[in-house]
Amino acid sequence: MKEIIQRLKQQFTISNVNQQRVDLTFLSVKKEQAVSLISYLRDFEKFSHLVFLTAVDRVEDIQFQLTYMLHNYNTHQDLGIRVLIDREKAEMASIHHLWKQAGTYQRELKEMFGIDFPGSPRVDESFILEGWDNIPPMRRDFDTKKYSEETYFPRPGRESHDPESYMKSKLYPEGDA
Amino acid sequence: MTKETKHNPSILENNGLPEFERDYFCDARPEQSRPLAKYIEKFLNWARANSLWLLGFGTGCGAVELRPLMTARYDMYRYGIAPRPTPRQSSVFIIGGYASVKTTKRIIRSYEQMQQPKFVIALGSCPINGGMYWDSYNTINRIDHYIPVDVYIAGCMPRPESIIAGFDLLKKLIKEGQAEGANKYIENLDWYKANQKKIIKDWNMPDYNW
Amino acid sequence: MFTPDRSKYPEIVDGKAVIDLDSGKYLKLWQGPQHPGVTGNMSLELIVCGDEVVDCKTHVGYLHRGFEKLMERRKFIQNFPIVCRICVPEPDTNEYLYAAAVEEVAGIKIPEQAKWLRTLNMEMSRLTSYLMWIGGHAGAFGLGPIGQWAVTHRDYMLDLFEEWTGGRVYHMYMIPGGVRNILPDGFDRRLEDTLQKIEKLMSEIEKVMLNNAVFKMRAVGLGIITKDMIDRYGVVGPIARAAGMKRDVRKNSPYLMYEHLDFDIITGTKSDAYERLLVRFREMFQSIDLIRQIMKYIDNSKNIHTKLPNVLHWKIPAGETYVKAESTRGEYGYFVVTDGSELPRRVYVRGPSYSHAVALLEDLIINVNIADVAGLMTSLHTYPPEIER
Repeated sequence: MKEIIQRLKQQFTISNVNQQRVDLTFLSVKKEQAVSLISYLRDFEKFSHLVFLTAVDRVEDIQFQLTYMLHNYNTHQDLGIRVLIDREKAEMASIHHLWKQAGTYQRELKEMFGIDFPGSPRVDESFILEGWDNIPPMRRDFDTKKYSEETYFPRPGRESHDPESYMKSKLYPEGDA
Repeated sequence: MTKETKHNPSILENNGLPEFERDYFCDARPEQSRPLAKYIEKFLNWARANSLWLLGFGTGCGAVELRPLMTARYDMYRYGIAPRPTPRQSSVFIIGGYASVKTTKRIIRSYEQMQQPKFVIALGSCPINGGMYWDSYNTINRIDHYIPVDVYIAGCMPRPESIIAGFDLLKKLIKEGQAEGANKYIENLDWYKANQKKIIKDWNMPDYNW
Repeated sequence: MFTPDRSKYPEIVDGKAVIDLDSGKYLKLWQGPQHPGVTGNMSLELIVCGDEVVDCKTHVGYLHRGFEKLMERRKFIQNFPIVCRICVPEPDTNEYLYAAAVEEVAGIKIPEQAKWLRTLNMEMSRLTSYLMWIGGHAGAFGLGPIGQWAVTHRDYMLDLFEEWTGGRVYHMYMIPGGVRNILPDGFDRRLEDTLQKIEKLMSEIEKVMLNNAVFKMRAVGLGIITKDMIDRYGVVGPIARAAGMKRDVRKNSPYLMYEHLDFDIITGTKSDAYERLLVRFREMFQSIDLIRQIMKYIDNSKNIHTKLPNVLHWKIPAGETYVKAESTRGEYGYFVVTDGSELPRRVYVRGPSYSHAVALLEDLIINVNIADVAGLMTSLHTYPPEIER
């Protein structure tokens, strides 16, 4: 894996290389270089399998972190490529030409996070939700509990307790133990 | 649709449909079924209770326990219960666990297409109060706000034995003439429709799917 | 042999079929969600010409519960009972992967005996899931009795699970830090009895299904996946193995105790529905063999759980990881991101059906007879809840 990282460093600006396990490495790359890095890995380093593509909402930095996970079937190495993109104008170049299933991942990200992938097939069609008119539900600022209570007629009688104090009062009713 | 019929309360408006499609769909309001003379109705109820045909629509994870129920080990055929592939032929609808909004639309459509007499069994905790997904943005919390329910079977998942017990209860209710969910639905149609339209944002089907 | 008249098919422009629904040559047909021939609750929007499919769109989302969102607002230990609900016929893969991911980020080592029990649980659940699958697959081709037998034998396995873990469908057995309980007394004997029953069933299925002329005629040549499609569509699991790829997470990147077990990757060559059935059929025997191997290592007197910190206030340091395991459908993975708080920052579930049921199925289904669509779907072993979660 070290040699691959060395070779990558000659061509791309990569940072935050983190070897999580023997067979799992994460690295960060700039948004502009991401697609060419992924194409390079696929065509020349035999990372031929796109395991998944997903996003993490870094709401405090006003950023989305996209993670492209690639797998090399010859050395059985996983490589996660992190790309930070702007949260306000979330847009990323599409990789549907590299893998067929990438289009599906991008459709899901468009719907659940609101990240646009111009040119990706059927990216504007709804994938999972139907008639959704709120902010994309996987964003951190969407409150699912509030939405559910307002929309779906909660049945009265459901209580929630702080587990620590509740268990203490149930198990040791006479006081500290 | 002409102007005068718009104010006729016995006709459904079918607002969700585009203009050219309205002709294809029936816009009459459904009517409640009236019981016949006492002994005839009693005989009919006995007959209804002993041949329950359920709709084979696995709406959620509850469907996984219907397979053992249908097959050799628990064998529901010995109770006169048989799965049917289409709503037009079935009399029992099993809500198998949680219902997401997208599925709820199909549940309503399938339920309305079933002919009377029809009964609903809600399986698992999720249709009762949301269960594990009580705070989810995409699953409904109470199925009885959208379609009427005759029997609830609690559990996650309910075992095949408890589903059989639920069928037993349903049979008892039918024989006593108490499984009146379908009539309740027609009586309170406006309330149900308002609830349904609140969550189904793209209502593109007729108001009652005959 | 049936030779279709190609002149009636749509014209292909830029790799896409030109379909004019108004021409009267084509018919739009929905298969599902309320249809006995679909796997789970999903639907296919088919465009058919005669009785052959010329275009298809997969529609999923009927089972979306927003797991990933729910997990972001539950504590690490509260998440453990909900992850198994993602995949109903095979919940243990989810339990293991969630536990393994949390353990890896938190830096917890689990006792060896717990790993053996987890391996046993995973193999038993693989056999259980395959039994259900073979019943559904036979049913899709009109062989009803096999469904009756296989689901019943799956139920015998569920009885063992219930006795062992307390849960019939959802076991909630592998908690972060280890497993919940040891095997009950006499479990090995009852397990062996059940395995023998299943072996007998398999020999019967071989006669009735694998050597059935009608089944063979329909399944041979159905949904052929060529080798160059494997990487382009992200095909994993038994489907890739049926195309001759030696790809099995258990062997390639061993997890739990699989490196101590003796087994080979089962591969096929022809890569059609029949070959995929053969591969899975042999994997069921392999699973039975692995369960017998694992039972030799089970020792109920050993420690099965690591002591965790107070799980109600369990803060896990910031980090991210991806763990994977081989499920019956292929590589299943969990991508977990933590930020040092009591709640996970992001949990992403990678289900193998994601690529199989959408991108792959939409292309494989072209020119398939309508009657074989259900068989093709079960032969890909698509399972919708892991697509939409």
